[in-house]
Amino acid sequence: MTLRDIKDILDAEVLCGEDLLDKEVKTGFACDLVSEMLAFAGSGNLIITSLKNPHVIHTAEVMDAVGVVFVGGRNPNLALAKQIENSQVPLLATDLLMFKCCGLLFQHGVLGTKRGCIQ
Amino acid sequence: MIEPCVSSAEPRFQLDYPINESDFLAAGESASKTKKALQQLGLKPEVVKNSAIIVYEAAMNIVIHATSGRLKVIIVRDEVVIRAEDTGPGIPDIELAMQEGYSTAPHEIREMGFGAGMGLANMKHCSDELIVESEPGVGTILEARIHLGQKESPREIR
Ligand SMILES: Nc1ncnc2c1ncn2[C@@H]1O[C@H](COP(=O)(O)OP(=O)(O)OP(=O)(O)O)[C@@H](O)[C@H]1O
Ligand SMILES: [Mg+2]
Repeated sequence: MTLRDIKDILDAEVLCGEDLLDKEVKTGFACDLVSEMLAFAGSGNLIITSLKNPHVIHTAEVMDAVGVVFVGGRNPNLALAKQIENSQVPLLATDLLMFKCCGLLFQHGVLGTKRGCIQ
Repeated sequence: MIEPCVSSAEPRFQLDYPINESDFLAAGESASKTKKALQQLGLKPEVVKNSAIIVYEAAMNIVIHATSGRLKVIIVRDEVVIRAEDTGPGIPDIELAMQEGYSTAPHEIREMGFGAGMGLANMKHCSDELIVESEPGVGTILEARIHLGQKESPREIR
C-alpha cells in the first residue's frame, strides 16, 4: 500500500509531498495528542489526526512518520500554510471523519502500530 | 543543582536555543533543527530520533510550563547531552510529574494536542540517563544523556 493508494481510498487532497506518494505504508497511528505520537508510534507510521496545527508537522518530522492524514476537512488551515510548504513529510487531508478514515485504512490492510490496535 | 556537563571536556558540537513562554513554533523548530544537525553528523538514526524527541518535549515543557529558558544540545565524548534550563514555577513534586498521565496543563494547551502528561516519561524512555532538578518558584534544570552507541530505543522494547 502506498500513499498514493491511500489518497484514493480516502479521497484525500495532497497538501504537500506530491513527489513522495510512492512511499510504502504498512502501519498507522491515530491520535490527537502530540506526546502520545512521540511515545507510542515508531518510525515509518502513517499519522492520522484531527489536530490541525503546525505541531503535528514538527512531530511527524521528528518521529520519522511516512505521512500525515488530517481528517475532518480538506481545507488546510491558514495558520498551517507556511509549515505545509516546508514540510519534509507528505501531508494529506480528507473530509472523512476519524473513525471512517481508520476503518477504511484497516480494511485495506494498513495495520495498527506496536502499541496501537490489533496486529 | 546539576554540575554543567561540559566542565571537563570540550564539546565536539553544540546547539543552543533560547526558548520563550508561549513560543510553540520555536520549540518545534528546535527539534527539527536538532534532528537535521545530528543526522548530518552521521549519528545512528535511533540516537538522532531519541535526541529530537527529548529536545521537543523539553522545549515544549519550557514553552507551556515555564517563563523562559535555554536548551543546549552538546556532544561530549560518547554521548549526546541535552540540557534544558528555565526560570519559572519549578516542579514541586518531581516523582509525581514523571508519572505518565500527570499534567497541570490548562484546557487551551490540551486543545492543541499537548498536556497528555507523557513528556517527562517519554524523555526518560528515550534517554540512557535523565536528571531533573527543580526549585519551586525559581526554575527547573533537566539533563538527558544518550549514548552514541545506543542500540535500540528503550521506548520500543518496553
Ligand atoms: N519546565 C517545567 N516547569 C514547570 N513545571 C513543569 C516543567 N516541566 C514539567 N512540569 C510539570 O510536570 C508535569 C508533567 O510534565 P510532562 O511533560 O510529563 O507532561 P505535560 O507537559 O503536562 O504534557 P505532555 O508533555 O504530554 O504534552 C507538567 O504538567 C507540569 O506540571
Ligand atoms: Mg510536556
